Amino acid sequence: MKYTPQDFKSNQEVKWCPGCGDHAILASIQRAMPEVCEALNYTKERFVFVSGIGCSSRFPYYMDTYGFHGIHGRAAAIATGIKVANPTLTVWEITGDGDALAIGGNHFIHSIRRNIDINIVLFNNQIYGLTKGQYSPTSKLGMMTKTSPYGTVEHPFNPGALVLGSRGTFFARSIDVELKLTQDIMVQSAKHDGTAVTEILVNCVIFNDRTHSEIADKEFRAERTIILKHGEPMIYGKNRDKGLVMIGNKIISVVIGENGITEKDLLVHDCEIENPGVHSMLIDMAYPELPVALGVIRAVKDKTYDDNVRDQVIDAREHAQIHNMDELLHSGATWEVK
Amino acid sequence: MQHKVIDTKEVVIRFTGDSGDGMQLTGTLFADASALYGNDISTFPDFPAEIRAPQGTIAGVSGFQVNIGSGEILTPGDFCDVLVAMNPAALRSNAKWAKPSASIILDSDTFDEKGIKRAGFKTDDPISELKLQDRHIIFAPITSLTKESLKDSGLDSKSILRSKNIFTLGICYYMFNRPMESTQEYLDKKFRKNPDVAEANKKCLRDGFNYAGNIHAIPNTYRVLPAKLEKGTYRYINGNQATAWGLLAASEKSGIPLFCGSYPITPATSILEELALRKDLNVKTLQCEDEIAGICTSIGAAYAGNLAVTTTSGPGLSLKSEALGLAMITELPLVIVDVQRGGPSTGIPTKTEQTDLNQALYGRNGECPIAIIAAHSPSHCFEAAFYSAKYAMEHMMPVILLTEGFLGNGSEPWKIPSMKDFPEIHPPVLSEPQEIPFWPFKRDQERMARRWALPGTPGLEHRVGGLEKNNDGSVSSDPLVHERMVKERAEKVARLANYIPDQKVIGEESADVLVVGWGGTYGHLYTAVKELQSEGKSVSLTHFDYIFPLPKNTAEIFSKFKKIIVCELNSGQFANYLRTEHQQFKYHQYNKVQGQPFIVKEIHDAVNAIL
Repeated sequence: MKYTPQDFKSNQEVKWCPGCGDHAILASIQRAMPEVCEALNYTKERFVFVSGIGCSSRFPYYMDTYGFHGIHGRAAAIATGIKVANPTLTVWEITGDGDALAIGGNHFIHSIRRNIDINIVLFNNQIYGLTKGQYSPTSKLGMMTKTSPYGTVEHPFNPGALVLGSRGTFFARSIDVELKLTQDIMVQSAKHDGTAVTEILVNCVIFNDRTHSEIADKEFRAERTIILKHGEPMIYGKNRDKGLVMIGNKIISVVIGENGITEKDLLVHDCEIENPGVHSMLIDMAYPELPVALGVIRAVKDKTYDDNVRDQVIDAREHAQIHNMDELLHSGATWEVK
Repeated sequence: MQHKVIDTKEVVIRFTGDSGDGMQLTGTLFADASALYGNDISTFPDFPAEIRAPQGTIAGVSGFQVNIGSGEILTPGDFCDVLVAMNPAALRSNAKWAKPSASIILDSDTFDEKGIKRAGFKTDDPISELKLQDRHIIFAPITSLTKESLKDSGLDSKSILRSKNIFTLGICYYMFNRPMESTQEYLDKKFRKNPDVAEANKKCLRDGFNYAGNIHAIPNTYRVLPAKLEKGTYRYINGNQATAWGLLAASEKSGIPLFCGSYPITPATSILEELALRKDLNVKTLQCEDEIAGICTSIGAAYAGNLAVTTTSGPGLSLKSEALGLAMITELPLVIVDVQRGGPSTGIPTKTEQTDLNQALYGRNGECPIAIIAAHSPSHCFEAAFYSAKYAMEHMMPVILLTEGFLGNGSEPWKIPSMKDFPEIHPPVLSEPQEIPFWPFKRDQERMARRWALPGTPGLEHRVGGLEKNNDGSVSSDPLVHERMVKERAEKVARLANYIPDQKVIGEESADVLVVGWGGTYGHLYTAVKELQSEGKSVSLTHFDYIFPLPKNTAEIFSKFKKIIVCELNSGQFANYLRTEHQQFKYHQYNKVQGQPFIVKEIHDAVNAIL
């Protein structure tokens, strides 16, 4: 069956603020779904969108699929239960920086550690929007918010670093305004076996407007971000004249053609390498020193939790001594009273 | 000396020692052997929270009491006929449980100056200090005899010392004329990979038996004949295993696979352990990162179409409170097992109590009624778990199953039921759309249950969640919709009363005093009421398994008694609940909050006091 984005739109009115970056992500995901179905031979009823609490977590109501709007921070746990119970479902967790990294931090790292085959889309606007503007675990140090009137004194999380720290197998990053990139990443996320985390930098037009603008604004986005593609040299810039090289244990930005640098000197992106060293450096890259890395940064193969569960059950049932309750009830030491 | 065998109807033995002395195992093996011999039994493990508290101190004393009888045995017994104390601390903390006529077996090797001091005795004569001179004290050098017994076994000295509980067990087998086969088989099985250790332990068991026969300290031995139990095949079962199996039975009868998301917590953990063994029956268990994930993974599994279960104890139930509300408002089937323990907070984790009733009834935000079922004996946990799961699935709602540490760890012989005697379970799973668009919160008119629309079914795509919704599934904060949905959800729980069995009275339907109980106190209350009845007192018992909603005939039963006394292991939570539900009656109370089960005598006295 061939689907269109329209098939994934629910009849519910979308209630995000006008100008919110979430609208763009919704569009990207609705566009990606028919592609996912085509690539993996999925039908629509196999999709389940699960969320926690926060602006982003209203997402499942806007998708005409199965959906579960959970409680704050617990989307990863709910999604895990759904996937373990029925591994044939394709499970998508929609979460935010507060939901996934503050109240739900524990479930976030443990679902990644287990490598359960779910897709986590983390909307990072660096603020609590639904509660009207308090700092979040990704708010920049010193940011002034309602609960940090003198500026925050906390260091922010880098979500990708948490993914690597949890031995994650997939991490990608996009920006709300990069609709096509988000769409492509969603398809790759769906194809990945294991926990696939995509961080999307999103603008909160009301409480944290322009938080990502120094890299996301159209006039300098090409100069301040790099879209990584597996197997391709790391080139960026409006004129595709800049690149990344490794000198010693550091990634450095260079200009192609200057100081004898040619394309051959540039790092070639390998998202499939198991060692997270270079992935970690790419995830850490920050403007103004270096361009912010976008695209699929890491996608390595490993056994998934749900595969392991399934294999154990199949194995146990093949070698089973007990096949039903009556046999179980009579197993072990019993005696007759005559 | 001619030894005499005395026939007796009932004997209570209490094994006590350091928590590293293997007293739980010793007690269990003795109970197993007695159960296999055909006695009715009831056991009560009483152990500290510390795995290995400092050796020889009161804090580290672990106990296991077993009551064996040739008649009906419903409690582990109040006081013991035989007390085994492996060290002075065990004697000091358990002497109070020994009957005036009791025999006390002591490991004399541990009663040295250091051991006596460590246990906190003020003098060097523990027996006089505890006023035990009249008891029949058997000082046996168990440690040195065990060393002697195993000196050629090739085992290292640590392993040899570890066998002294088995030597003690041998002494007890002699005293009670128990057959040793089942224990020998157990040892062979346990040390399958290490036959030397198995042989050593078996030798130790025989040596203990023979030692007891050779010394003249045990003039009489006892014989407890097999009980006249109903015909059938029996096994020995503890409450947590029965709970796990009851859930499995519901999975089989409904054809719905079982999922258990849980986090280890005393005294509930062994339910998760038991279920984890049962991959052969298509069970999936997930040991979660915390209690909240335990219930949330279960809610996810329920949404996806599994019989979902989460197991916990009091503090864990607190952590799950918010998610309980989510299960309730999404109207998904879920069984939450709370094996209650001493609270509040961490409380006394290994001790038993009935103090989570208020939490189960009221511990959530918003209007959030959740059905509550309680188990009344270790083996009854099977049936209680089965019906919790049946009602959860058929009525599309969470059900809290309350058991207690006393039930979870306690065990008794159980006539094995046949699965054909249990009803089928028919969850309202929807396989195709009945209306377009699909209304996820449309209800059937009898139960008020919504239908279970499983992800993966074409045409039933829908969203659930914690936000209030209308019956068509749309999010709504309309005041009247909210009030109607609150009422519909409450009505659904209330209507469970139409499906549960009528409440029963043990004894006369009308009498002077009605003893009211619920949960794990059943054995003690029953025994006390039977005693009172045999003394000619006008007393009956009604014991509740169905807590919320209450059985429909509750008020009718209460109305036929002059006085009602509610006995429970808390400060009066069930009594207060009854005062709200059935205000027209006056309720006396008997309460105990010591982390210990009732003793029969105190119930007996409490009832006599109001007669």
